Amino acid sequence: MLTYIVKRFVGMAVVMFIVLTVVFVIVRLAPGDPAALMLGPEATPEDAMALRERLGLNRPIFVQYVGFLGQIASGDLGSSLFFNRPVLDVLAGRAEPTVFLSLFSLIIAIVIALPIGLVSAYTRGSLFDQASVSTAMLAASVPSFWTGLLFQQYLATKTGWFPVAGYGGPDADFFDRMRHLILPSVVLGIVNSALILRFSRAAMLDVLSDDFVRTARAKGMSEWRVVLRHALKNALIPIVTVVGLTFALLISGAVVTERVFNLPGIGSLVVGAVLRRDYPVIQGTLIVVAGLYVLINFLVDMLYLAIDPRVKY
Amino acid sequence: MVDAPAIPRTEAPPALAKDIVLEAQNLSTHFVYKTRTAKAVRDVSFTLQKGRTLAIVGESGSGKSVTSLSAMRLLGPTGEIAGGSILYRKRDGTVVDLARQSQAAMRKIRGREISMIFQEPMTSLNPLFTVGDQIGEMLLLHERLAAPDIRRRVIEMLNLVEIPGAEQRLDDYPHQMSGGMRQRVMIAMALVCHPALLIADEPTTALDVTIQAQILDLIRRLQRELAMSVLFITHDMGVVAEVADEVAVMYAGEVVEQAPVKDIFAHPRHPYTLGLLASIPNARRDFDAAGARRRLVPIPGTVPSLYAMPPGCAFAPRCPYAVQPCGSPVHLERIAPKHLSRCIRAGEL
Repeated sequence: MLTYIVKRFVGMAVVMFIVLTVVFVIVRLAPGDPAALMLGPEATPEDAMALRERLGLNRPIFVQYVGFLGQIASGDLGSSLFFNRPVLDVLAGRAEPTVFLSLFSLIIAIVIALPIGLVSAYTRGSLFDQASVSTAMLAASVPSFWTGLLFQQYLATKTGWFPVAGYGGPDADFFDRMRHLILPSVVLGIVNSALILRFSRAAMLDVLSDDFVRTARAKGMSEWRVVLRHALKNALIPIVTVVGLTFALLISGAVVTERVFNLPGIGSLVVGAVLRRDYPVIQGTLIVVAGLYVLINFLVDMLYLAIDPRVKY
Repeated sequence: MVDAPAIPRTEAPPALAKDIVLEAQNLSTHFVYKTRTAKAVRDVSFTLQKGRTLAIVGESGSGKSVTSLSAMRLLGPTGEIAGGSILYRKRDGTVVDLARQSQAAMRKIRGREISMIFQEPMTSLNPLFTVGDQIGEMLLLHERLAAPDIRRRVIEMLNLVEIPGAEQRLDDYPHQMSGGMRQRVMIAMALVCHPALLIADEPTTALDVTIQAQILDLIRRLQRELAMSVLFITHDMGVVAEVADEVAVMYAGEVVEQAPVKDIFAHPRHPYTLGLLASIPNARRDFDAAGARRRLVPIPGTVPSLYAMPPGCAFAPRCPYAVQPCGSPVHLERIAPKHLSRCIRAGEL
């Protein structure tokens, strides 16, 4: 068990090393002279030369690579060219809306998908089952920006129940900020519930035809107990897997929703950084998001261990 | 599940002779699909005496498992009891018709009055709960015992089914046990509430031959010690010879012959039973005096489809004794005081 965790950490370090290398190469492969791009068309060749010298771009590529790795290892992601602040600070400043948006929409997705998936599987082929599966297809097919605009129109502009967009301005307290996340969370939650619903339904269908479910019924217990105690726990492994992946995707992929609702999150930070060619920010965000992916995958594997005694690492 | 009784209550409270535990009367079970109906069990009647073992024998698709699942009312969403009754004498002496009980009433009967063990010990236990938990769940459901009492009773039961080191094995998961051990756990689970009737649906089919014998011995010993009746479902005539007092042979959803076990083996009175007995492998008989291998005798042909039963005797198309009248319906007739056969030529066999 402990050896497994140590092994996993070594594996995670290897993955991160590969990620760093790829990020390093991609940034260097980008066409044009970074120094010239950063300084803009009015800079003199002397200015560009000075900046290249300052950024270490004149040194041999291997020396740059080692320097880059050393810098990351010491926890330094560089400084934003646009904000003129360390990338980590910039990211931390934008993390709150993204983290809470991901968390809320994940919870909403599970709350919608899991019960419907279970009932669908249990009443397989019924009207409810057919309706829920096709609604899930529809929810997954509609682009989130359209759902977002629809919600803004009917639940914010016309009724005033929720704020239309934004994050409440600089003076907003925590609750006010969270209030601004309700609509975007519901939008993202609905979109992501489709996948979780299909997975829970399929996993549950699989389990409900297993022999031990018949044994459970033969023991004389209620259908509630058969489904919620004996079947659901066995269906959890695929469900936990897809929930983990959805969470990872949400953290990195809420760009469109953040844009529609004008949230100052990591998604909009990255879009801005790409438009401004703020390479350190792009690079830093890639590394942090990759790290979160690896971490979430590790946590999901730990959950398997808690659910299924047959899983031995 | 829908809580409606399978068929509406019509007659007066059912009566059952004093020494009878279970009696099926003209039981028919169908599986209804959108376009067609499979008549899996047709007009089946049998009786099981207190403390005795009735073996239902037949090949795959003969309806033997469906008969037992009908008694448990575990037929699933497509299965329904289309006619007949299954009378059962409860431990308190009252007689109920299992075919007409609500699912809520059945939940009080399953596990406490009638328990069932299944063919596949590898998959019939829940892989995510310890065996102690799964056996103890019975006591929680039916006797509402507290945790320490449950633990004590589970250990007692594991000792009774001869699982060594019961106090430790209690916390094992099914995957940590062998097939034979798991079947012992299934038996412990089935019997922990001391049911009056055990339905064993091919409990040894998936096990090694040596383990089979141990499990059969165990079931017989516990049957004596707990004064239990057993309905034993099997396709194996060797197992029948080991465990049964009475035998009902099923073919294509019908009982074709029923008799005490020694009569079935000594004087089979149905061509299908004859065929079953001829197709048992036997190490000694399979070589002749010169040491040459004799061929096994298979029954030619296959079981007719449940959707296209012949109008007369279902076995006639495969029967070496078939004559023209076999094309009309043939009934189960009493040919000796304890011997029933569904064959017009039973007297000639």
